Amino acid sequence: MSRYRSYWTAFQTIILKEIVRFMRIWIQTILPAAVTTALYFIIFGTLIGERIGEMDGHKYIDFIVPGLILMAVITNSYANVVSSFFSSKFQRHIEELLIAPVPNWIIICGYVGGGVARGIMVGIAVTLVSLFFTNLEIYSYVITFLVLILTSILFALGGLINAIFARTFDDISIVPTFVLTPLTYLGGVFYSIKMLPEFWQQVSLGNPVLYMVNAFRYGLLGASDIPIGTALIIILIFILGLGFISSHLLERGVGIKT
Amino acid sequence: MAPIGICSICSMCDNAQMEVKALKITDLHKTYRSGPHALCGIDLEVEEGDFFALLGPNGAGKSTAIGIISSLVNKSSGKVEVFGHDLGQDPEGVKACIGLVPQEFNFNQFLPVEEVVLNQAGYYGIPRQLAVHNTEESLKQLDLWPKRRVMARELSGGMKRRLMIARALVHRPRLLILDEPTAGVDIEIRRSMWEFLQELNRNGTTIILTTHYLEEAENLCRSIAIINQGHIVEHSGMDELLDKLHTQVLILNLKERLEHPPILEGFEIKQRDGRTLEVEVERERGVNDLFTGLSDQNIEVLSLRNKQNRLEQLFMDMLDTSRNGDAS
Repeated sequence: MSRYRSYWTAFQTIILKEIVRFMRIWIQTILPAAVTTALYFIIFGTLIGERIGEMDGHKYIDFIVPGLILMAVITNSYANVVSSFFSSKFQRHIEELLIAPVPNWIIICGYVGGGVARGIMVGIAVTLVSLFFTNLEIYSYVITFLVLILTSILFALGGLINAIFARTFDDISIVPTFVLTPLTYLGGVFYSIKMLPEFWQQVSLGNPVLYMVNAFRYGLLGASDIPIGTALIIILIFILGLGFISSHLLERGVGIKT
Repeated sequence: MAPIGICSICSMCDNAQMEVKALKITDLHKTYRSGPHALCGIDLEVEEGDFFALLGPNGAGKSTAIGIISSLVNKSSGKVEVFGHDLGQDPEGVKACIGLVPQEFNFNQFLPVEEVVLNQAGYYGIPRQLAVHNTEESLKQLDLWPKRRVMARELSGGMKRRLMIARALVHRPRLLILDEPTAGVDIEIRRSMWEFLQELNRNGTTIILTTHYLEEAENLCRSIAIINQGHIVEHSGMDELLDKLHTQVLILNLKERLEHPPILEGFEIKQRDGRTLEVEVERERGVNDLFTGLSDQNIEVLSLRNKQNRLEQLFMDMLDTSRNGDAS
């Protein structure tokens, strides 16, 4: 049995286990995002949006669709990995993986793959909900799916790092509440940064979520506050950085070995 | 429970047919960040096919040593080789050879039994079809097949222990490490586990066992190491070790009640109660003289047993010697 073939089997096992896990509890993992987003569409899109008018040359409801889809993808990719990896630490069944001949990069790919799978499923669910409120015409399928997948990977890696350091269940909710949600809300989901004063526009450029939301908006609507190339490079740099950090942490056994 | 034959993924590795030690540990150190030296340069060798006992009191370093061998604990320094694979150079080669049954339950309690074992096979890179076959075989051999669809958390304590053994065997390891596998298990299941492990060992699997039941180690194992305070204080064959026992204390149950303990030259006899005597017998002397002497005094013995398990007696002596050595 070739080593790489057995790695592939191990990767399939981890990712399948992750997909089965979140699909078993789809009412907790897939449905809430669809319901929440429907409420956003009703309140911000239909009720308030009609009074706002256009933004960046698009109806307000069309403008917020990409951000709302991506917000759900970000939250769920992150949540899937952070909760699954932490609970496997907590119940100690992470040891099943640590004693097996699986390299760390396969463990990372497996868990991140699970996060991406949930992110995409939630993205599809939210997109279907959005079709009840708007006619979605995709400007570039390639950019749309590329950004969707890269963003899922990035936040799944973030969730993994959070889970590696977490010692209690409180530790896995602090980052989403105090870091992820503010960054997402201030990342141009509901507005164009061109509306902000010059100083706050510059501050906003330090928010990585801004690049993802704008790149995704470019894929769906063809409109963006940020050049698409810059956005993709920033996303890739973050992925490489977080990938390196998670690999290093697993190699040293931080949070999982003594 | 019937054992599983050797057919490991590890047997396909380069070292499968080579004459190498199942385990070779050289100058292994472990110091935890919190301070204590858990292992102070231990050396250990386990032959292929051996049934090896690693004994020691709580906190002696047994679980740390097992943790390092199975990659759950980072070593501070030293070398660990499993079937010729160096843990530092080729950790995956080492891992492929080992099956671990840890002390505490560490499987996903919210998965069905079958899935726990199937997932483990997948982590070892076993293709799905073979994984399904091995899982069925392992679960049947540990009498868990009827429970395959039951959630792991719903199993009894003994079944959970057997599930961990089934999981550890699913990739057919050449070296099986069991960290107190029979803790909290009733005597019937314990004996059936003993038989299973003996048969597994006869079929070629090298087994390393830690246990607090010294009777278990004495009955099952051919070689032994005793670890105390991070040092190996004894490392030999079980028979050689038991030969070191100079005296043994026997408990005799008598047919008739005695007023005073009998006096026999060369034997120290204490009376526990009217019908029970405690006799210290030197190893060279044997028990024939004792029975002859008692018979001459018309004392009839109904039964006899060792006061303490022989290994237990030696174990306590060695720990005392080790502690006194440290104190001095």
